[in-house]
Order: sequence, then C-alpha cells, then structure tokens
Amino acid sequence: MSTTQANGAAREYDPIDPSEGLYGLMAEFETADQLVAAAQAAKQAGYDRMDGYSPYPVAEVADAMGFPRSEIGAIMFIGGLCGATLGFLLQYYLNGIDYPLNVGGKPFFSWPMFVPITWELLVLTASMSGLFGLLALCGLPQPYHPVFNVPQFARASRDRFFLVIEAVDPQFDPQRTREFLATLNPASIAEVPE
Amino acid sequence: MATVTETTHGPHEGNGQYPPHPEGVIGGSHDLRTLGDKIATVVTEDETPRGWWIWFALGFGLLNGLGIALLYLFYAGVGIWGINQPVAWGFAIVNFVWWIGIGHAGTLISAILLLMHQKWRTSINRFAEAMTLFAVACAGMFPLIHMGRPWLFYWLYPVPVNFGMWPQFRSPLTWDVFAVTTYFTVSLVFWYVGLIPDLAALRDVGRTRLQRTVYGIFALGWRGSAWHWRRYEKLYLCLAGLGTPLVFSVHTVVSFDFAVAIVPLWHATIFPPFFVAGAIFSGFAMVIWLAIPLRRIYKMHDFITDKHLDASAKVMLGTGMLVCYGYFCELWMAIYSHSIYEVQTSMERMFGPYGWSYWALLTCNLVIPQLLWIPRLRVNEFALFAIATFVQIGMWFERYVIVITLTRDQLPSSWGRYAPTAWDWLTLAGSFGLFLTAFTLFVRFLPMISITEMRELLPARQGGRDGHSVMENAK
Repeated sequence: MSTTQANGAAREYDPIDPSEGLYGLMAEFETADQLVAAAQAAKQAGYDRMDGYSPYPVAEVADAMGFPRSEIGAIMFIGGLCGATLGFLLQYYLNGIDYPLNVGGKPFFSWPMFVPITWELLVLTASMSGLFGLLALCGLPQPYHPVFNVPQFARASRDRFFLVIEAVDPQFDPQRTREFLATLNPASIAEVPE
Repeated sequence: MATVTETTHGPHEGNGQYPPHPEGVIGGSHDLRTLGDKIATVVTEDETPRGWWIWFALGFGLLNGLGIALLYLFYAGVGIWGINQPVAWGFAIVNFVWWIGIGHAGTLISAILLLMHQKWRTSINRFAEAMTLFAVACAGMFPLIHMGRPWLFYWLYPVPVNFGMWPQFRSPLTWDVFAVTTYFTVSLVFWYVGLIPDLAALRDVGRTRLQRTVYGIFALGWRGSAWHWRRYEKLYLCLAGLGTPLVFSVHTVVSFDFAVAIVPLWHATIFPPFFVAGAIFSGFAMVIWLAIPLRRIYKMHDFITDKHLDASAKVMLGTGMLVCYGYFCELWMAIYSHSIYEVQTSMERMFGPYGWSYWALLTCNLVIPQLLWIPRLRVNEFALFAIATFVQIGMWFERYVIVITLTRDQLPSSWGRYAPTAWDWLTLAGSFGLFLTAFTLFVRFLPMISITEMRELLPARQGGRDGHSVMENAK
C-alpha cells in the first residue's frame, strides 16, 4: 500500500526504477500444473526472485524455483542431539553428583535407566526446534504481506494458484515482465503494491 | 521458451461430475472449492446441528460431575475413593492407562499411516489427532489428582526447590512424567502445524470479521508460499517420523509402571508390545465412536466413507488378535515358569473373587471382535458402533484386571479386596465429560477434517494431486 518503501535491492539496481512502490507482478492460474509450468518458464526466462502460492503443497514449484532441499531436517537433528545430550547429563548430574541417590544398590551412573527420559527429551527438543525453525525461516508470524493486497489472492487458500515475480529481481521490468506473464496463459495478472 | 505447454488437464469446473475415486477414500463430485466449503462451513456457519447440542450437553453435564468430584476430592482427600492397601492405585491408574491408550490411535493414524502411504488416513487424521490431545489430557489428570497434594505436581519435574531434592530418574513413574509431557506437547505441535494452512483457509472464507480476525491470528500470516510449503512438508514428515517411535515409547513406559514391579503377572517382558497393541485397539474403537456420529450429524459421507470404517475395523480386528495373543502368552509364561506365585495369581485372576472381570475382558476383546471378520458388519454403522463399545469396555477391564491383581500377591496375610466408590465412578464419567466437551468444541470451531490434505488427495482432474505426497516430496 505505502509507496514510500522501495525495496533496497531494487534501488541498488536502478535508482530511477519505475517499479517504485511495486512489490511485484502476480499471475493467477487455475491448476497446479499451470503454476508448475509457469514457474519453470519464469526460471528459464532468467527470473530468480519469485514465489509460487498454492492452497496445498506443490513440490515441483519449489523445485522449479531452485529450492531443492529445506533446512528443517538439519535443524531438527541438531536440536534433538542437544536435547538428548543435555537430558542425559542432567539425569546423571542430579541423581549421581548433586544428590547421589542409592536406589537398590545400583551404581550412581546407571545409564540404562536414563535412556527413556533421554529419548523423550530428544523427541521433545527435535520437534520444538522443527516448529521454531519453520517459523523463523518462514518469517512467521507475519500479519502483513504485500500479496494480501491483491483481492484475487484470497483464493490462494481455496482453488487458485499464483506466481509472483518480485520487483527486486534484476530482470524485473513492469512492462516486459507483464508481457512475459501474459504468455503463460494466466487467468489474471495483477500488480502487487508494496 | 516462453511458451507454455498445454497442461495435462484443463481448468476444472465447479460441480462437475467425476468418476468415483479408485480407492473409495473420497466420494461425491468435489473439486477444490466444494471440498473446502463443505468442511469450512461447519465452522463458519451460524447454525449448529441438533446432534451437536445433544453431545455437547451430555459432555458438559458430565464435566460438571467431574467438577463436583474434584472439589470434594481436594477437600476430603483420596480417601473418598475405594483405594486401600494393597490396591493403592485403583481407578486412577486404570483410567490413566485406558485414556492414554485411546490417545495412541490418533498418532498411529496421523504419523504411522502417513509413513505407510495409507491414503485413507487423510480424512480421519485431524479429528483423530484432536482425540489424542483430549484423551491425553484426560489421562494426565488421573495421576495428578491421585497424588493427594496435586498442587505440588511440579515436584515431578527437575525444578530447583528449596530443599534440594531431585526426582528419582530411575523410576518408571518419573519416566511416565516425561513421556506423557513430551507426548502431549509433540501431539499438540503436530496438530497445530497441520492446522496452520487450514486456519489460513478459514481466514479467507470467514463470514464475520471476528472469524477472519481470530483465524487470521492463529494462521500466523500463512500465505501458501512454495518456499514455506517445502519446509512445512519436511517438518510434517520429520514429525511423523519422530511421532512413530514416540507413540511406542510412551506406551512402553506406561507398561513399565507395571512391568518393572515384581508383582506376579506384572513382571513380564510381554508387557510393552502387549500394551501398545491394546492402546491401538481401544484407540481405533474410539475413532469409530467419533467417526460414525460425525459423518451422520454433519453428512460427511463423502469424506468418511465406508472404506474408512472398513479399514478402521480391520485395524481393530488385527490389533485385537495381538492383544489376545498377549493374554495367552501371560498364562503360558505363568505355567511354563513353574513359579507358584505366577500360577497362583493366574488362577486367582481367572477363578478368584474378580474372575468375572477376566471373563468379561475375554468376551469383549476376544470373542465379540471376531464378528468383524464379516465384511457386512465392518461397514454397518450400528454393528460397528456396538462392537467398538464392547472393545472400549473390554480394554477398560483389561487394565482393571491388571490392577486388581494387587488384591492377592505373594503373601496371603496382605491380601485384600477392592471396590470403587461412587466418587470413583463419578470421576470416570466426568473424564468422559471433559473429553466430550473438548471434542465437541473442537468440531464446532476448527475444521474436523484437514482441508489442505483432502485437497491434495483429490484426483488430478478434480484439482488435486492424487494423494498425500508428503512422503515423496518432502525434501
């Protein structure tokens, strides 16, 4: 909505950019396959900064946009490892060192008895790091985003598929990009105000 | 290069006629929009079906009973229950194990069946996960109120308190605390992550400003970006991968509460697998209990099809056989061990003062579920509901039989009897009220079936992707 905030990257590229105040151009498609084809075509045409929007996950779109693998697995692995290690050490420290507890004459470092809680804490920390990793990487919660300014976009959670080529893309030109999008046979093309 | 090849199928039109789903997991002629609207209008419309009010009133009434039972309990102490020496656990642990077992079916459906590419899980996983959450909440309540001083429950966790004591980490009861806490938290995360895209869908179709605002807040600004979906699918798959061993570990730990003790017939290595099978057995009975009224009241026959009832019944039959194998294994181990205590306790279990409960258990869990071999009964709502009821009762009796073993252990001088009081029964009924109230409110305010995953499940010509592809596409 606000036209004063031009994106930094765009300004660097072209100080008198006519796309000032424009987040990007949005093309609307009726099927997931059309969106996949459009994303592939846009990538081939040299566009780099774009995003596809769909009511359910369409893996090929992310593939086409060059996001082959998410970071979530690594985050969860590291989170789980930390949780399990700390959980194990916590039990040993509390029951073996800080307040040595003799239970049935078992050694203070009776590690097999610490396995169940270590495992539970592994699952807990891995899941929580996955959740917070997802939110952090996606920048959620994010109540405002320029794409919500386009009225048709309300159907992105319903039955329509959208491709947005962002104004920060070095190739972006309001006129040429619009012409390019028109070749993709979209249901509509809309400007996305910043 | 800038030309686009023709898509494999043209734009789909609303209310078209489509051939039936090849696997029968989705009926009607739905496309992306009609499917979403069918599920979302349950939540967004003003009208609430009469059936909902009946269930809600029943649940809320019982919940008030729970309130009274707990008030008096906190006033008078656990002496109002039938617990005594030697049966110090009584109904509290029976109900705890029963409820947490019910919860496990939700995780089985949402996680294990996902990993096994079972498409039929999609329409029932959302409400089954909600069932898990509420069942675990009911379960968690029982150990807390059994503690005598429930306001000191935080001593169970390693919280630094002024007398410098720590929990005893070698005790299965402490493992239980961590297992149940983790299980509830992870189930909640899994459920909420699955809900985020649906909340975004509700935000966009909300009828009133209030609906759009509230669902919008909880949708966190989800916009269905391809970058977000990639991470989302990976998280979903990893949570399913973690949830699968988690559900086994949780009920294994619950069984350790018994198996680590040296009471005859408790101290058995069969307990963990036997408990896990029993959990899924009773959990599927609960899924059937919920699915049948839901599809009748909300006319969800397109999404909860006969295929779902049939598959749930088969899982119930299969896990029921595993449980019965456990019963025979217990007896066999007692005889084969030549331990007089094991043999004596087995005889007491079958022919002692509480023998009737053992035979009730076998009738409900072994004999009656055999009716499910008949294909016609597996899709007959009334028959299936009735069989599921017997399974619920039978699985409750299973835990009762195990706990009642305490009345006669190794030393005849310490034998005793156990009888629940009216307060025990009221608390059990009240936990049902808690479950029903929470579940009916869930059905009213959140989509009971996953809109997003059902859209993926639609055949391609109807706008979907022919099934839940998280297994193939999560990277």
